[in-house]
Amino acid sequence: MAKTIEQREQVVIRFAGDSGDGMQLVGDRITDVSAVFGNDLATLPNFPAEIRAPAGTIAGVSSFQVHFADFDILTPGDVPNLLVAMNPAALKANLGDVPPGASIIANVDSFEDRNLEKAGYAANPLEDGTLEPYRVYPVPMTSLTLEATKEVGAKPRDAERSKNFFALGLISWMYTRPVDPTVDWIEERFGSKAMVRDANLAAFKAGYHFGETAELFDHPFEIQPAQLAPGKYRNITGNLALAFGLIAASQQSKLPIVYASYPITPASDILHELSKHKNFGVRTAQAEDEIGAIGMAVGAAFAGQLGVTATSGPGLDLKAETLGLAVSLELPLVLVDVQRGGPSTGLPTKTEQSDLLLAVYGRHGEAPLPVIAASSPSGCFDAAFEAVRIAVKYRTPVILLSDGYLANSAEPWRLPDADGFPDISIPFATEPNHDGEFWPYLRDPETLARPWAIPGTPGLMHRIGGLEKADGTGNVDYEPANHDFMVRIRAAKIAGIANDIPPVEVDDPDDASVLVLGWGSTWGQIKAALRHLRESGKAVAHAHVMHLNPFPANLGEVLGRYEQVLIPEMNLGQLARLVRAEFLVGVVSMTQVKGIPFKASEIQAKILEMIDS
Amino acid sequence: MSPDDTGAATLSRKDFQSDQEVRWCPGCGDYSVLTAVQLLMPDLGVKPEDTVFVSGIGCSSRFPYYMNTYGIHSIHGRAPAIATGVALARPDLSVWVITGDGDGLSIGGNHLIHSLRRNVNLTILLFNNQIYGLTKGQYSPTSEVGKVTKSSPFGSLDYPFNPISVALGAEATFVARTHDMDRKHMQETFRRAHEHRGSAFVEIYQNCNVFNDGAFEQILAKEKRPEMLIELRHGEPIRFGPDGSHGVVLNEFGEAEVVDVADVGEDALLVHDDSRPDPSLAFALSRLADQPTTPTPVGVFRAVHRPVYEDLAQQQLASAQERSGPGDLRTLIESGSVWEVG
Repeated sequence: MAKTIEQREQVVIRFAGDSGDGMQLVGDRITDVSAVFGNDLATLPNFPAEIRAPAGTIAGVSSFQVHFADFDILTPGDVPNLLVAMNPAALKANLGDVPPGASIIANVDSFEDRNLEKAGYAANPLEDGTLEPYRVYPVPMTSLTLEATKEVGAKPRDAERSKNFFALGLISWMYTRPVDPTVDWIEERFGSKAMVRDANLAAFKAGYHFGETAELFDHPFEIQPAQLAPGKYRNITGNLALAFGLIAASQQSKLPIVYASYPITPASDILHELSKHKNFGVRTAQAEDEIGAIGMAVGAAFAGQLGVTATSGPGLDLKAETLGLAVSLELPLVLVDVQRGGPSTGLPTKTEQSDLLLAVYGRHGEAPLPVIAASSPSGCFDAAFEAVRIAVKYRTPVILLSDGYLANSAEPWRLPDADGFPDISIPFATEPNHDGEFWPYLRDPETLARPWAIPGTPGLMHRIGGLEKADGTGNVDYEPANHDFMVRIRAAKIAGIANDIPPVEVDDPDDASVLVLGWGSTWGQIKAALRHLRESGKAVAHAHVMHLNPFPANLGEVLGRYEQVLIPEMNLGQLARLVRAEFLVGVVSMTQVKGIPFKASEIQAKILEMIDS
Repeated sequence: MSPDDTGAATLSRKDFQSDQEVRWCPGCGDYSVLTAVQLLMPDLGVKPEDTVFVSGIGCSSRFPYYMNTYGIHSIHGRAPAIATGVALARPDLSVWVITGDGDGLSIGGNHLIHSLRRNVNLTILLFNNQIYGLTKGQYSPTSEVGKVTKSSPFGSLDYPFNPISVALGAEATFVARTHDMDRKHMQETFRRAHEHRGSAFVEIYQNCNVFNDGAFEQILAKEKRPEMLIELRHGEPIRFGPDGSHGVVLNEFGEAEVVDVADVGEDALLVHDDSRPDPSLAFALSRLADQPTTPTPVGVFRAVHRPVYEDLAQQQLASAQERSGPGDLRTLIESGSVWEVG
């Protein structure tokens, strides 16, 4: 019997279960079909650092939140409208985020004594009134999955593992998601294992039909495609976009990539991705350690290629000395830091923005280098391209900051025109540049960059190193005046990049008195907060800096235009500190270090408080 | 190809000398190594512009400044990693690593062993003077136990590395030892190391006449050499001594032992084979002398062939291009599920 379909503008679903329950996979599937269906979307995966924490415990809970809508959205959503809880631990770990009135689908089969005890529930929350404020749908997913997969012939233990596909089927029905792409995907992905494929297909269909026939749900919902700007789209995560951006920049700089890195969460996926693209001339090396990785990148740069390395906080600590060498050698190098919670090992799988000061200042001696930050998953593509452009043009190491949230979150990306990328190549030195000699530190008067002469070029042999060099010749030189000059000219080279980057844009249609200044991945949450405030008639301005060292040339002037400036960041006020020191302006610092992004509503409340003060 | 086509045959020592004043202490063993290398380079058939010297930190690591080639004087211990990057990017270059006992075996030990196991095409010269010279005299990872230095006034406690054993343990495909008192031996050793495709590790006993003078005197003093240096020659029985009266045999445990030839007979002597795929023989020889105070082998311990890291990397690139064609940005960006909004 056909049920009516209720239209909704948007929904935020959170899937939560054990790390082994396949929640990330279910989330990815819903994301993909929603994207192809034409919704705008954003995702927030959240998983423990342990590969398989003890089953059934809070520590082992993994979740995936997806927000899809019929309009252009900015964040994965502050709170879920629907929580799918595969076991009591998943319910307990996530219930605090679920607002009253929201829906909860619980796998009732797993709410038995042992699992309740592991989750720390004295009584069954499905029965003791705990969930009174919510609309609860108890669904026996495990037993229905076992029943559905009986014909396939899988052993119960294997068959039970298909229950995530049951959940996927049920949600596909509830939100009128297209079925065929998922069926095709299961057939392709599990094609070589017929029994697994058939079990997953059976579970998926059973979940879908359960929604249709069970009396549990009144009707399904539909979220129409969003009116996005015309063009071709694909879904992309930050790490994938970053890898693509590096490849594009390699092509446009005509420099083959040598990418050396040491495995570290959450940066490893960049290595995984780049190592697939050897047909672009990408050489990847898994180094013996973080220091070896950046060393290889420096060596590749000296040899005339695009040396790139990536890491997360602990690795950035280790790479500091070699970054200083690259500053002294004045060779192009891109270091990607996918930030995570610190200090020390910290929160390996959670997001934070706490490496900003380390990136800007974290080397001995006066060792300035450009720092750039990506602000959205797809924006990682542009940020990577820009990092390479600056590194190559100014012969300097560049730190590109991403974070754990950007790295793993997905959003639709309007594909850029592959023919439209600028040429960012620079010529190598080929001739002597000083009375028949070659002086490796004779600078370009405009950029202050030194010539890049690569091995194999006759007549330009030269030696460079970490010892202070004489201006021009590059020979070892300890003279006081020379060192003073060299320190200042290296600083001037980096400072001068401010004239070669776009001014910071201010989004201020209503002549506001409060400015929100952001950087990095807070972009979406800030924009979402602004949207709500403006809908209610409030005036607020927003500027987001991609270039954190040097700052855009107009930033000081922009800050001076506003009565109040708010800087929300996932650290204890690092950009606020930089801005105060650089521009001598008062700013309000809003900080959070919970390992998860801000909620747009939190930023919104803070702005309101400032407007009303 | 005639010598004129390469241009290399017409080069001389001068072509490999930079204009920088050499600034080691007078009498330092580093001078003789530098001279040996500069004199040898023209014979190797490689042009200065195709040669890169990479060093770390320490007295010997100033070496690149004195070579009229491309060079990087880098940071402490990291030269093997940086040189790996150079070689990976540019397999066409001749890449040399200059390091010391502190640089290569202490702070940079990790990079050294991993470049050896990867078999990157590097010629690695490790100057072993058993002391930290540039920091003015602390014990090093090759100093003998009990060594009294500024940092060990009551004698050092650390058991030393045997660099040859370390290199063999790290799966090095070429391992040799030479010393700063014999230019011809150095040049023969460096030449073989350079001609070896893959990581070639050469330990050079080098005297620091300021902080550890005479460390090798007991074996390298001219009158001592016949009695104390065991020259390894591939395919020949291992004999030494003024009249070849001493030799080396393997005992029942597979350990190398010094014997008098008269006691065991010539046929019992170990015949050196540096090409054995298994490193056990080379390792046994490396254990003959713990410290340079007893008869010590010099020459090539091991020279075997294994695929070279950057060659394999290059092959992966070539086969990827054969399989998928040269990379195309549009195809890359539009991979995966793409949809169109009109």
